[in-house]
Amino acid sequence: MATTSAVDVVMPQMGVSVSEGTITKWLKQEGEQIAADEPLLEISTDKVDTEVPSPGEGVVQQILVQEGETVEVGTKLAVIAPAGAEVAAPEPAPAAPEPEAAPPPEPPAPPPEPAAEAPAPPPPPPPPEPPPAPPEPAQTAPVTDGAGEKTFVSPVVARIAAEHGVDVAQVSGTGRGGRVTKKDIMAFVETGPPEAAAPPPAPPEAPPEPPAAEAEAPAEAPPPPPPAAAPAPPPPTPAPAPTPEPAMAEPQAAAGEELEPMNAMRRGIAEHMRRSLDTSAHVTTVFEIDLSKVVAIRNRLKPEYQRSYGVNPTYLAFIARATIEAIKNWPWVNAEIRGEQIVIKKYINLGIAVALEGGHGLIVPVVKNAEGLNLLGLARAIADVAERSRTKKLTPDDVQGGTFTITNPGGWGAIIGTPIISQPQVAILDVEALVKRPVVVQDEGGQDVIAIRPMMNLCLSYDHRLVDGAYAAQFMKELRENLETFDEGAY
Amino acid sequence: VAEKTYLQAISDGLRQEMRRDKRVFVIGEDVGVYGGAFKVTLGFQEEFGPWRVIDAPLSETAIVGGCTGAAIMGLRPVAEMQFSDFISCGWDQLVTVAAKQRWRAGTPVPMTVRLPSGGGFSGGPFHSQNPESSFAHIPGLKVVCPATPEDAKGLLVTAIEDPNPVLYFEHKHLYRRIKAEVPDDRYTTPFGQARIHREGDDVSVITWGAMVWTAAEAAQQLEDEGISVEIVDLRTLVPWDKKAVLESVSKTSKVLVLHEDTHTGGFGGEIAATIAEEVFEDLDAPVKRLTAPDSPVPFSPPLEKAFIPQVDGVASALRELAEY
Repeated sequence: MATTSAVDVVMPQMGVSVSEGTITKWLKQEGEQIAADEPLLEISTDKVDTEVPSPGEGVVQQILVQEGETVEVGTKLAVIAPAGAEVAAPEPAPAAPEPEAAPPPEPPAPPPEPAAEAPAPPPPPPPPEPPPAPPEPAQTAPVTDGAGEKTFVSPVVARIAAEHGVDVAQVSGTGRGGRVTKKDIMAFVETGPPEAAAPPPAPPEAPPEPPAAEAEAPAEAPPPPPPAAAPAPPPPTPAPAPTPEPAMAEPQAAAGEELEPMNAMRRGIAEHMRRSLDTSAHVTTVFEIDLSKVVAIRNRLKPEYQRSYGVNPTYLAFIARATIEAIKNWPWVNAEIRGEQIVIKKYINLGIAVALEGGHGLIVPVVKNAEGLNLLGLARAIADVAERSRTKKLTPDDVQGGTFTITNPGGWGAIIGTPIISQPQVAILDVEALVKRPVVVQDEGGQDVIAIRPMMNLCLSYDHRLVDGAYAAQFMKELRENLETFDEGAY
Repeated sequence: VAEKTYLQAISDGLRQEMRRDKRVFVIGEDVGVYGGAFKVTLGFQEEFGPWRVIDAPLSETAIVGGCTGAAIMGLRPVAEMQFSDFISCGWDQLVTVAAKQRWRAGTPVPMTVRLPSGGGFSGGPFHSQNPESSFAHIPGLKVVCPATPEDAKGLLVTAIEDPNPVLYFEHKHLYRRIKAEVPDDRYTTPFGQARIHREGDDVSVITWGAMVWTAAEAAQQLEDEGISVEIVDLRTLVPWDKKAVLESVSKTSKVLVLHEDTHTGGFGGEIAATIAEEVFEDLDAPVKRLTAPDSPVPFSPPLEKAFIPQVDGVASALRELAEY
């Protein structure tokens, strides 16, 4: 599909609950050719990381949002121009999207009183060639009382100063300590400064329109990029201040420290983990399971599964299968508290926690309707979502709607954990390392003997608001029985 | 149009409504034979009989509870607390039952509770309080605080007509001190509409009840000094006229919030916060509050004078704002 006119690339809606995304990487740069559906950039949302394909074939004419920036869904990210079009010089952005991008608002001198941060002045007739967004005098020049001492500028004085483009320092004050009062500045505005020095023209709010020639493609090219990219004309009424908001104090790295901004996934995890602890009454119960039977079955099935289906029957698949069977008799571990109601799910959407490369991040894809899958089906489904997690091929639907979660840090040798529930679920099962341990068992003659058995701890964190300790223990007891007497035929 | 005292205006309004509407009745301690502690209902029992002007036992719980029941059943009771301070005994009936009834069951509770309030005559800690903010905080109750005879009558009529429980705070120090013309005919004064008691340009005073008059005297003093003060009389606290307050503040850019109630949690805090939230960019000075201090009302006359905001104190607060 060859593009005949310029096409905008916007931040896609990655699921109903996703409202913003972060540009992690541009895979093409301005001026590069791109085919339709060829990956153009990578984005990261609090649900998934994914690639955004190009909506058309042509040239990347303009990249509007830089790597690392987070923007709302629907924000224009880039423009793809028809093939053959020359790349226009980058236009000035319509407005600084991020406070950091604006020129520094404060001079090296001590900053003005906070109240000096006033709304922008109304747009005056555009002066010939103003700088893109120079700092506003009233906001930067410390107001002095003549003796060089700073004085307070009240909210109303700051507003009037900004509306009329007046430098408060030029107004002589009659208030306490020489403060400029509302009356003082009103009189100044009405009659002008005593010495006829006109107030300096206020800077415009928006950058001027670039000369038309710059914005247009050469005549032989297909239609020029739409003028939409040009800055909008100045609004008729004073707009909210385009000045940077008072930024929260940026954390500073001390000696020996290094700062790294949180990505969307990390922020999402941080928010969710904190919220879950604030929501659920977490309790963890640990059971020791003898996996002798599972190990034996797995060893037998493994070659067959791999040969016939290309799937590895992992321990996780066995545990998931046994868990699903146990949930059928203990449905409250697969429930949700919604307001004052207990919502019991007749289906099991099994979340599988998958750690991403290097331990940086975690994603919980969901195997939908897992109650309908046998051991082979589960093994296949888990392998599929794990693979797609690591290759960033999950869709938003893949990570939503879980009803029970299994996490599996045992692969690294962990033997006990107290996982945090994924809201709004009420339980999460933690699969620990399979370890050979000496255990006391009975021999055929009923005598106690010490045997070496493949043992595994399963830890269930549950929401004690809904699930009582006895209920959780009975669920775990049944899960243990399902595993210790694993009936291959039944599953 | 005759001149009447604040007290006569209340009495007239009540009598007019009782003549007009048989559902309206009065109940309270000593309201019948004795004519009320302040004589608001003097002669009422003779005119309307003991079943419409009921002497209640010494139990505010019974008075408020009985009125709540009667109102739910369709009558229009007007209860008198002998002193507004005593309403605390009826708190549960008023706050738990009357205020929530409409919300819970959909039934209106058209009752009025008259609350003689305020100090200025050495009534001491049990007979001088201004508990309006406690009730302004309770959703389901309306709170009115007239300052003039005309409003005293018109707001009482509106209160009796209103389908909700209305607390009618009548300031005792205004009873016989304030006299003004009051129309003889029946009229209503709307809730939620402030009255500009005095127009001015330099500083606004937001107040209600007896403090309107204190502010007016102070404003007179300041006029001689060339400072123009605007006085906004809220008239009703629930609902209160935000628009009028914000308009006045936007005009003058300096504001004093004045009340006779104590400081912390007083309704002035709500007004000050609203001004800061909504017209911050119109302010040319910090919002100032002048109130009674956080203490019980003293009995001793000089101490009571130090406790209740006086004309001089208000004038100097206004002067400070004007000079800021």
